[in-house]
Amino acid sequence: MIHFVLLISRQGKVRLTKWYSPYTQKERTKVLRELSGVILTRGPKLCNFVEWRGYKVVYKRYASLYFCMCIDQEDNELEVLEIIHHYVEILDRYFGSVCELDLIFNFHKAYYILDELLIAGELQESSKKSVARLISAQDSLVEMAKEQRSSISNIIAQATK
Amino acid sequence: MNPFSSGTRLRDMIRAIRACKTAAEERGVVRKECAAIRAAINENDNDYRHRNLAKLMFIHMLGYPTHFGQMECLKLIASSEFPEKRIGYLGLMLLLDERQEVLMLVTNSLKQDLNHSNQYIVGLALCALGNICSAEMARDLAPEVERLLQFRDPNTRKKAALCAIRIIRKVPDLAENFINPAAALLKEKHHGVLITGVQLCTDLCKASVDALEYFRKKCTEGLVKTLKDVANSPYAPEYDIAGITDPFLHIRLLKLLRVLGQGDADASDLMNDILAQVATKTESNKNAGNAILYECVETIMSIEDNGGLRVLAINILGRFLSNRDNNIRYVALNMLMKAITVDAQAVQRHRATILECVKDSDASIRKRALELVYLLINESNVKPLTKELIDYLEVSDQEFKGDLTAKICSLIAKFSPEKIWYIDQMLKVLSEAGNFVKDEVWHALIVVISNASDLHGYTVRALYRALQTSVEQESLVRVAVWCIGEYGDMLIKNVGMLDIEDPITVTESDAVDIIELAIKRHTSDLTTKAMSLIALLKLSSRFPPCSERIQDIIVQNRGNLVLELQQRSIEFNSIIQKHQNIRSALVERMPVLDEATFIGRRAGSMPPTVSTSSGASLNLPNGVAKPSAAPLVDLLDLSLDDAPAPSSSGGDFLQDLLGVDLSPASNQSGTNQASKAGTDVLLDLLSIETPPVQSSLSPPDVLSSIQDNKSPVASLEELALPSSLSGQATTPVGASPMMDLLDGFVSNPPKPENNGSVYPSVVAFESGALRITFDFSKPPGNPQTTSIQATFTNLSPNVYTDFIFQAAVPKFLQLHLDPASSNTLPATGNGSITQNLRVTNSQHGKKSLVMRIRIAYKINNKDVLEEGQISNFPRGL
Repeated sequence: MIHFVLLISRQGKVRLTKWYSPYTQKERTKVLRELSGVILTRGPKLCNFVEWRGYKVVYKRYASLYFCMCIDQEDNELEVLEIIHHYVEILDRYFGSVCELDLIFNFHKAYYILDELLIAGELQESSKKSVARLISAQDSLVEMAKEQRSSISNIIAQATK
Repeated sequence: MNPFSSGTRLRDMIRAIRACKTAAEERGVVRKECAAIRAAINENDNDYRHRNLAKLMFIHMLGYPTHFGQMECLKLIASSEFPEKRIGYLGLMLLLDERQEVLMLVTNSLKQDLNHSNQYIVGLALCALGNICSAEMARDLAPEVERLLQFRDPNTRKKAALCAIRIIRKVPDLAENFINPAAALLKEKHHGVLITGVQLCTDLCKASVDALEYFRKKCTEGLVKTLKDVANSPYAPEYDIAGITDPFLHIRLLKLLRVLGQGDADASDLMNDILAQVATKTESNKNAGNAILYECVETIMSIEDNGGLRVLAINILGRFLSNRDNNIRYVALNMLMKAITVDAQAVQRHRATILECVKDSDASIRKRALELVYLLINESNVKPLTKELIDYLEVSDQEFKGDLTAKICSLIAKFSPEKIWYIDQMLKVLSEAGNFVKDEVWHALIVVISNASDLHGYTVRALYRALQTSVEQESLVRVAVWCIGEYGDMLIKNVGMLDIEDPITVTESDAVDIIELAIKRHTSDLTTKAMSLIALLKLSSRFPPCSERIQDIIVQNRGNLVLELQQRSIEFNSIIQKHQNIRSALVERMPVLDEATFIGRRAGSMPPTVSTSSGASLNLPNGVAKPSAAPLVDLLDLSLDDAPAPSSSGGDFLQDLLGVDLSPASNQSGTNQASKAGTDVLLDLLSIETPPVQSSLSPPDVLSSIQDNKSPVASLEELALPSSLSGQATTPVGASPMMDLLDGFVSNPPKPENNGSVYPSVVAFESGALRITFDFSKPPGNPQTTSIQATFTNLSPNVYTDFIFQAAVPKFLQLHLDPASSNTLPATGNGSITQNLRVTNSQHGKKSLVMRIRIAYKINNKDVLEEGQISNFPRGL
């Protein structure tokens, strides 16, 4: 299973963390520090796997961002690389050629998409289209609620004038 | 409206934080935002609650504390609107984890949402439950999840399946409930449901044997067909990755087939064809294809034997290994590790390539390759492979040297065909990477050297040469200093010259030079310096012409700031000055160190009756604390820095010069080091303590060194005999040891030593099928202490696993439990577990022993607990 997912920028800033195994706040900070130290310093041509505390961390760099997933020893590293790429492609489609800034200002969207892709550290959906459909359906639910609310407040505002 | 909460929008806050130039500035902004959010929380502001939580999540990601926002998540989740719930659940998963009690409060909301009419809200609840539920929540909400596995909407079913995985990971007992609904998922066409269903089945198989049997019987054929369909499916744009339809599904199916095929020939037979097809037809030019091949190879290796398929799999690995892509090489090495148990010969064929990988520039690959090489080495190829590894040691990265050195040392020790080879290789390693060598490794080397009596001369000369070039390798220096101290005369006289050696002329002062260098080098640590001091003392006797110079060096250390060195140098100085007559006897060569004892001690199994107080602290359960730093340290007592306080190290120290202390360690009756604590140092010198405990077992070198000491004893006759010696009350003649020495060997007739038989063994506890017997023995010299060997026997037809014995004693007793010999107790009395206990009775003679015990174990994975009291101890313990 995937124990956690991290997005770290090249400067070592954390852009997203998702923990599927219990880690205390202290452990999380430590993990982040340790792993960004290891991963950010690795050369470009090396393999995408790092052995760490009896687990394996699979990472891949896309532009300025490192996508990392921590898995068990017996898991399939090559598949996890594919899962990372799958996630990136979905993000790309959703944001329209995604960049780091998109993920900073819309970090919650990145989480929503990840939640449609992984649950309990296991893959949920192999179709990018399907994920996109589900996300846009939920987004439109939110939009509808917003419109409703603003129309109500307009009515109230007009009534109280 | 609240003046604070209306504040900034999320976007503006992020901008403000990003605009900060310094960390202090950022902290300021965050503090202000947090204050505003807290104020809003206090006001119970509803309008901006979701925005505030979003801000908090961002702040949380930056690493600031956000616990005060946890309750806000719950409030948002309890709201009836979708947008609020969406952000509330996100916050819940981000800010909380399963160990927080707050999480329990959400159980009710979750239950309601799982029954909600809106499928997206159900989806949110399932996602949260799947990501952070605790065991308790899992139990409470399992029925809901079970129901949702049959929900009409496939997207809910797939989420429920993954949620079920989390539930059975937390509570494996619940697995049974999910077997049937999981099997139903395997028939689905929707890929999301199929993927999650297959994954759920895999997890169920791990959690329950029933599930494994069920799926093996009912689903293997269906799964094979599904895999066939996916593998042969025409182009499907929605699932296509690099020309392959849904590699994720491929991989999960292969994984489940592996679980089903393992250990079952029929099931394995069913899947042979499709595995062969996947292994041969899958494109290997893209990562997705390789991921499938990798999984397929693993499945082939794990299921029941089919020669043809295995050849195919090994060939794929061979191809992987020669791939230019580092990722592929990495997984190939990983797989070969598993393949080695299946077909070692096939893996050996790739030895050269694997050895190249050890030298790769990529740390991950190097590490994998090194582990693999370690497994590949056997008696026949150890020499060339070790040579390769040691050659590589020279050029390897600093951070890799530690691992590499440890592996090389362990290989050398494991496979060394002859002693000279062992010594040669170890010297090479020490010269290259001595600073990475663990203490027990060079301790072991010294033991080996000491045992190889024909190689003493050769070794000391080789070390001398090595030291000329590699002074900065601490452990090399230590071994060299030890050997020069012991065998210095062989160094200068070229004793025991081998044909392969180049002759070398070393003068006495050269040898002293090199030790002086070691003691004066500022980077030398305490251990090295202490060893050098002893070596100097020994040399002062071996090289009489240098005696004065040595004395000078020793005197220089009298002002040393480290107490240990200061004390030693004062003592040694006085030995050189005032006790010329005993010096030569004092600095006798160490007797041969007992290899068997060393190895035995290293394995953590102390001889049963050696009860040193230092041993107690070292011998913690599971051998966690300082597992093997101690063994030789005890022998040499050199690592002063970590020598436990109770035993007066001074005493041991000098005693070690005589090397007498070694024999009690190997001696079954066991001298108690701790009891020596108060004994006069000089008494130890003469090892007066040894005779009383001499059993017939004691090795001859003890006798010989005592013999040597006969004359010096005379000069020390005036020494008072410390009363502590008479503490050995079991010896009838308390004062005789000294006499023994003086009278030569008209010693008191060796007492019937077998202390154990003095006290009868008792059956301490007997219940149903479990019997515990206690055998008693008393270490001589300490009447208060009793060593008990508990033997557990199981007469029932079931094996007891996870067997744990615990005991408690009243305050006047002290109890020490050594680790048990095993935690599995075989059935029908067919073997037993033994465990040693040591009880110290502070009211010895007044009160007798009493003990409460508790035994916990598992029969067929069911916990059993037994308790009892033992009061039938023999009297006088």
